[in-house]
Amino acid sequence: MFEFSAFSLYDAAFLAIGGVTILGALGVVLFRNIIYSALSLVFTMLGVAAIYFQLNAGFLGAIQILVYAGAISVLIIFAVMLLMNKEARRTNLPTTRTKAWFAGGTITVMMLASIIAAVGFSEWPKTALQGVDNSVGMLAELMLGDYVIAFEAAAILLLVAVIGAIILAKGVENK
Amino acid sequence: MIGLPHYILLSAVIFSIGVYGVLTRRNAIAVLMSVELMLNAVNINFVAANKFMNAAAAVGQLFSVFIIVVAAAEIAVGLALVISIYRQRKSVDLNDFNLLKW
Repeated sequence: MFEFSAFSLYDAAFLAIGGVTILGALGVVLFRNIIYSALSLVFTMLGVAAIYFQLNAGFLGAIQILVYAGAISVLIIFAVMLLMNKEARRTNLPTTRTKAWFAGGTITVMMLASIIAAVGFSEWPKTALQGVDNSVGMLAELMLGDYVIAFEAAAILLLVAVIGAIILAKGVENK
Repeated sequence: MIGLPHYILLSAVIFSIGVYGVLTRRNAIAVLMSVELMLNAVNINFVAANKFMNAAAAVGQLFSVFIIVVAAAEIAVGLALVISIYRQRKSVDLNDFNLLKW
Protein backbone atom coordinates (compact mmCIF):
# COMPACT_ATOMS: atom_id res chain seq x y z
CA MET A 1 0.00 0.00 0.00
CA PHE A 2 2.91 2.38 0.47
CA GLU A 3 4.33 1.86 -3.02
CA PHE A 4 5.41 4.95 -4.92
CA SER A 5 5.17 3.65 -8.47
CA ALA A 6 3.74 6.57 -10.44
CA PHE A 7 4.91 9.72 -8.69
CA SER A 8 2.90 12.58 -10.09
CA LEU A 9 2.59 16.28 -9.40
CA TYR A 10 -0.52 15.55 -7.31
CA ASP A 11 1.54 13.32 -5.02
CA ALA A 12 4.30 15.90 -4.71
CA ALA A 13 1.71 18.53 -3.82
CA PHE A 14 0.21 16.22 -1.19
CA LEU A 15 3.60 15.55 0.37
CA ALA A 16 4.49 19.25 0.47
CA ILE A 17 1.13 20.33 1.91
CA GLY A 18 1.05 17.44 4.39
CA GLY A 19 4.59 18.23 5.52
CA VAL A 20 3.77 21.88 6.12
CA THR A 21 0.58 20.93 7.96
CA ILE A 22 2.33 18.45 10.25
CA LEU A 23 5.15 20.91 10.96
CA GLY A 24 2.56 23.54 11.84
CA ALA A 25 0.74 21.13 14.14
CA LEU A 26 4.03 20.24 15.85
CA GLY A 27 4.70 23.94 16.28
CA VAL A 28 1.35 24.40 18.02
CA VAL A 29 2.24 21.91 20.75
CA LEU A 30 6.01 22.45 20.96
CA PHE A 31 6.56 26.22 20.92
CA ARG A 32 7.08 27.73 24.36
CA ASN A 33 5.72 31.10 23.34
CA ILE A 34 1.97 30.89 22.89
CA ILE A 35 1.93 33.63 20.24
CA TYR A 36 4.17 31.44 18.06
CA SER A 37 1.80 28.55 18.77
CA ALA A 38 -1.17 30.60 17.58
CA LEU A 39 0.62 31.64 14.37
CA SER A 40 1.61 28.02 13.86
CA LEU A 41 -2.06 27.10 14.22
CA VAL A 42 -2.87 29.52 11.37
CA PHE A 43 -0.28 27.72 9.21
CA THR A 44 -1.89 24.38 10.02
CA MET A 45 -5.36 25.66 9.16
CA LEU A 46 -4.12 26.98 5.81
CA GLY A 47 -2.48 23.62 5.13
CA VAL A 48 -5.74 21.82 5.88
CA ALA A 49 -7.54 24.25 3.55
CA ALA A 50 -5.02 23.39 0.81
CA ILE A 51 -5.78 19.71 1.39
CA TYR A 52 -9.50 20.45 0.95
CA PHE A 53 -8.74 22.21 -2.34
CA GLN A 54 -6.73 19.20 -3.42
CA LEU A 55 -9.66 16.93 -2.58
CA ASN A 56 -12.03 18.86 -4.89
CA ALA A 57 -13.78 20.47 -1.91
CA GLY A 58 -13.19 24.08 -2.86
CA PHE A 59 -16.17 25.43 -0.94
CA LEU A 60 -15.01 23.74 2.24
CA GLY A 61 -11.50 25.10 1.70
CA ALA A 62 -12.90 28.61 1.42
CA ILE A 63 -14.93 28.08 4.63
CA GLN A 64 -11.80 26.76 6.33
CA ILE A 65 -9.79 29.87 5.42
CA LEU A 66 -12.61 32.23 6.41
CA VAL A 67 -13.65 30.56 9.66
CA TYR A 68 -10.45 28.99 11.00
CA ALA A 69 -7.58 30.98 9.53
CA GLY A 70 -9.61 34.17 9.78
CA ALA A 71 -12.12 34.26 12.59
CA ILE A 72 -11.05 31.59 15.09
CA SER A 73 -7.35 32.46 14.93
CA VAL A 74 -8.16 36.13 15.53
CA LEU A 75 -10.34 35.09 18.48
CA ILE A 76 -7.51 32.97 19.92
CA ILE A 77 -4.86 35.65 19.44
CA PHE A 78 -7.22 38.18 21.02
CA ALA A 79 -7.67 35.94 24.06
CA VAL A 80 -3.92 35.32 24.25
CA MET A 81 -3.22 39.05 24.26
CA LEU A 82 -5.88 39.63 26.91
CA LEU A 83 -4.69 36.90 29.24
CA MET A 84 -0.91 37.27 29.18
CA ASN A 85 0.47 38.25 32.55
CA LYS A 86 3.93 36.72 32.32
CA GLU A 87 6.82 37.27 29.96
CA ALA A 88 5.91 36.00 26.49
CA ARG A 89 8.80 33.51 26.25
CA ARG A 90 7.40 31.26 28.94
CA THR A 91 3.66 31.32 28.27
CA ASN A 92 3.16 27.85 26.80
CA LEU A 93 5.26 25.53 28.95
CA PRO A 94 4.79 21.77 29.05
CA THR A 95 3.46 20.19 32.19
CA THR A 96 5.86 19.93 35.10
CA ARG A 97 4.54 16.57 36.23
CA THR A 98 6.64 13.77 34.73
CA LYS A 99 3.76 11.35 35.16
CA ALA A 100 1.40 13.45 33.03
CA TRP A 101 4.07 13.99 30.37
CA PHE A 102 4.84 10.27 30.27
CA ALA A 103 1.15 9.33 30.08
CA GLY A 104 0.55 11.84 27.28
CA GLY A 105 3.46 10.57 25.22
CA THR A 106 2.53 6.94 25.75
CA ILE A 107 -1.13 7.44 24.82
CA THR A 108 -0.15 9.43 21.72
CA VAL A 109 2.39 6.88 20.49
CA MET A 110 0.10 3.92 21.16
CA MET A 111 -2.84 5.54 19.38
CA LEU A 112 -0.75 6.55 16.38
CA ALA A 113 0.80 3.08 16.14
CA SER A 114 -2.59 1.35 16.30
CA ILE A 115 -4.06 3.63 13.60
CA ILE A 116 -1.04 3.08 11.33
CA ALA A 117 -1.34 -0.67 11.85
CA ALA A 118 -5.09 -0.55 11.11
CA VAL A 119 -4.46 1.45 7.93
CA GLY A 120 -1.71 -0.95 6.89
CA PHE A 121 -3.87 -4.05 7.31
CA SER A 122 -6.93 -2.68 5.52
CA GLU A 123 -8.01 -2.98 1.92
CA TRP A 124 -8.38 0.35 0.13
CA PRO A 125 -9.99 1.38 -3.13
CA LYS A 126 -7.27 1.58 -5.76
CA THR A 127 -8.34 4.65 -7.66
CA ALA A 128 -9.88 7.97 -6.76
CA LEU A 129 -13.44 8.49 -7.92
CA GLN A 130 -14.27 11.41 -10.11
CA GLY A 131 -14.98 14.30 -7.78
CA VAL A 132 -18.14 16.36 -7.84
CA ASP A 133 -17.75 19.59 -9.76
CA ASN A 134 -20.72 21.37 -8.22
CA SER A 135 -20.24 20.51 -4.57
CA VAL A 136 -21.73 23.82 -3.42
CA GLY A 137 -25.06 23.08 -5.08
CA MET A 138 -25.10 19.55 -3.68
CA LEU A 139 -24.26 20.84 -0.21
CA ALA A 140 -27.11 23.33 -0.45
CA GLU A 141 -29.57 20.66 -1.55
CA LEU A 142 -28.50 18.37 1.28
CA MET A 143 -28.58 21.13 3.88
CA LEU A 144 -32.08 22.27 3.02
CA GLY A 145 -33.31 18.79 2.13
CA ASP A 146 -32.43 15.64 4.06
CA TYR A 147 -30.38 17.39 6.74
CA VAL A 148 -32.56 20.42 7.36
CA ILE A 149 -33.12 19.53 11.04
CA ALA A 150 -29.38 19.29 11.65
CA PHE A 151 -28.98 22.59 9.81
CA GLU A 152 -31.51 24.33 12.06
CA ALA A 153 -30.02 22.72 15.17
CA ALA A 154 -26.59 24.02 14.14
CA ALA A 155 -28.04 27.50 13.73
CA ILE A 156 -29.59 27.39 17.20
CA LEU A 157 -26.34 25.99 18.63
CA LEU A 158 -24.37 28.90 17.20
CA LEU A 159 -26.87 31.41 18.60
CA VAL A 160 -26.82 29.83 22.07
CA ALA A 161 -23.01 29.58 22.02
CA VAL A 162 -22.60 33.24 21.13
CA ILE A 163 -25.03 34.36 23.84
CA GLY A 164 -23.37 32.02 26.34
CA ALA A 165 -19.91 33.28 25.43
CA ILE A 166 -21.01 36.87 25.97
CA ILE A 167 -22.57 36.06 29.36
CA LEU A 168 -19.55 34.01 30.49
CA ALA A 169 -16.97 36.55 29.40
CA LYS A 170 -18.91 39.44 30.87
CA GLY A 171 -18.98 37.82 34.28
CA VAL A 172 -21.41 38.10 37.16
CA GLU A 173 -21.60 41.44 38.91
CA ASN A 174 -21.00 41.17 42.63
CA LYS A 175 -23.60 43.08 44.61
CA MET B 1 0.12 7.19 -6.02
CA ILE B 2 -1.50 9.04 -3.13
CA GLY B 3 -4.74 7.43 -2.03
CA LEU B 4 -7.17 7.35 0.84
CA PRO B 5 -4.74 5.66 3.31
CA HIS B 6 -2.26 8.52 2.96
CA TYR B 7 -4.90 11.08 3.82
CA ILE B 8 -5.99 8.98 6.79
CA LEU B 9 -2.37 8.69 7.95
CA LEU B 10 -1.94 12.47 7.70
CA SER B 11 -5.11 12.96 9.70
CA ALA B 12 -3.98 10.39 12.28
CA VAL B 13 -0.67 12.19 12.75
CA ILE B 14 -2.39 15.57 13.23
CA PHE B 15 -4.91 14.03 15.63
CA SER B 16 -2.12 12.44 17.68
CA ILE B 17 -0.27 15.74 17.88
CA GLY B 18 -3.51 17.28 19.14
CA VAL B 19 -3.93 14.58 21.78
CA TYR B 20 -0.33 15.11 22.91
CA GLY B 21 -0.98 18.83 23.21
CA VAL B 22 -4.16 18.32 25.23
CA LEU B 23 -2.43 15.96 27.64
CA THR B 24 0.84 17.81 28.20
CA ARG B 25 0.28 21.57 27.86
CA ARG B 26 -0.24 23.73 30.92
CA ASN B 27 -1.81 26.76 29.24
CA ALA B 28 -5.60 26.47 28.86
CA ILE B 29 -5.58 28.32 25.53
CA ALA B 30 -2.93 25.94 24.18
CA VAL B 31 -5.21 23.05 25.15
CA LEU B 32 -8.08 24.67 23.23
CA MET B 33 -5.80 25.07 20.19
CA SER B 34 -4.88 21.38 20.39
CA VAL B 35 -8.59 20.50 20.43
CA GLU B 36 -8.96 22.54 17.23
CA LEU B 37 -6.15 20.46 15.71
CA MET B 38 -8.03 17.26 16.54
CA LEU B 39 -11.27 18.55 15.01
CA ASN B 40 -9.41 19.51 11.84
CA ALA B 41 -7.92 16.04 11.59
CA VAL B 42 -11.42 14.56 11.76
CA ASN B 43 -12.51 16.94 8.99
CA ILE B 44 -9.69 15.75 6.72
CA ASN B 45 -10.89 12.19 7.25
CA PHE B 46 -14.47 13.08 6.33
CA VAL B 47 -13.55 14.96 3.16
CA ALA B 48 -11.06 12.32 2.00
CA ALA B 49 -13.53 9.48 2.58
CA ASN B 50 -16.17 11.50 0.72
CA LYS B 51 -13.89 11.88 -2.30
CA PHE B 52 -12.57 8.34 -2.44
CA MET B 53 -15.62 6.30 -1.44
CA ASN B 54 -18.80 8.17 -2.34
CA ALA B 55 -17.92 11.07 -4.59
CA ALA B 56 -21.42 11.29 -6.07
CA ALA B 57 -22.86 12.66 -2.82
CA ALA B 58 -21.34 15.46 -0.78
CA VAL B 59 -22.43 14.06 2.61
CA GLY B 60 -18.89 13.94 3.99
CA GLN B 61 -18.37 17.60 3.15
CA LEU B 62 -21.70 18.40 4.80
CA PHE B 63 -20.58 16.69 8.02
CA SER B 64 -17.36 18.70 7.86
CA VAL B 65 -19.38 21.90 7.69
CA PHE B 66 -21.30 20.86 10.81
CA ILE B 67 -18.04 20.01 12.60
CA ILE B 68 -16.69 23.47 11.72
CA VAL B 69 -19.88 25.00 13.20
CA VAL B 70 -19.50 23.01 16.42
CA ALA B 71 -15.78 23.85 16.60
CA ALA B 72 -16.52 27.55 16.27
CA ALA B 73 -19.10 27.35 19.06
CA GLU B 74 -16.68 25.33 21.19
CA ILE B 75 -13.78 27.75 20.85
CA ALA B 76 -16.03 30.75 21.58
CA VAL B 77 -17.46 29.22 24.77
CA GLY B 78 -14.07 27.79 25.77
CA LEU B 79 -12.26 31.11 25.49
CA ALA B 80 -15.09 32.84 27.36
CA LEU B 81 -14.72 30.27 30.17
CA VAL B 82 -10.96 30.79 30.29
CA ILE B 83 -11.42 34.58 30.46
CA SER B 84 -14.00 34.12 33.21
CA ILE B 85 -11.69 31.90 35.26
CA TYR B 86 -8.73 34.22 34.63
CA ARG B 87 -10.71 37.03 36.21
CA GLN B 88 -10.91 35.06 39.47
CA ARG B 89 -7.55 33.29 39.52
CA LYS B 90 -5.35 35.73 37.51
CA SER B 91 -3.89 32.71 35.73
CA VAL B 92 -4.42 30.55 32.65
CA ASP B 93 -2.39 27.66 34.07
CA LEU B 94 -4.48 24.49 34.19
CA ASN B 95 -2.81 23.51 37.48
CA ASP B 96 -4.54 26.49 39.10
CA PHE B 97 -7.98 25.48 37.82
CA ASN B 98 -9.30 23.50 40.77
CA LEU B 99 -12.50 25.39 41.44
CA LEU B 100 -14.64 22.25 41.19
CA LYS B 101 -12.28 20.19 43.36
CA TRP B 102 -12.88 19.75 47.08
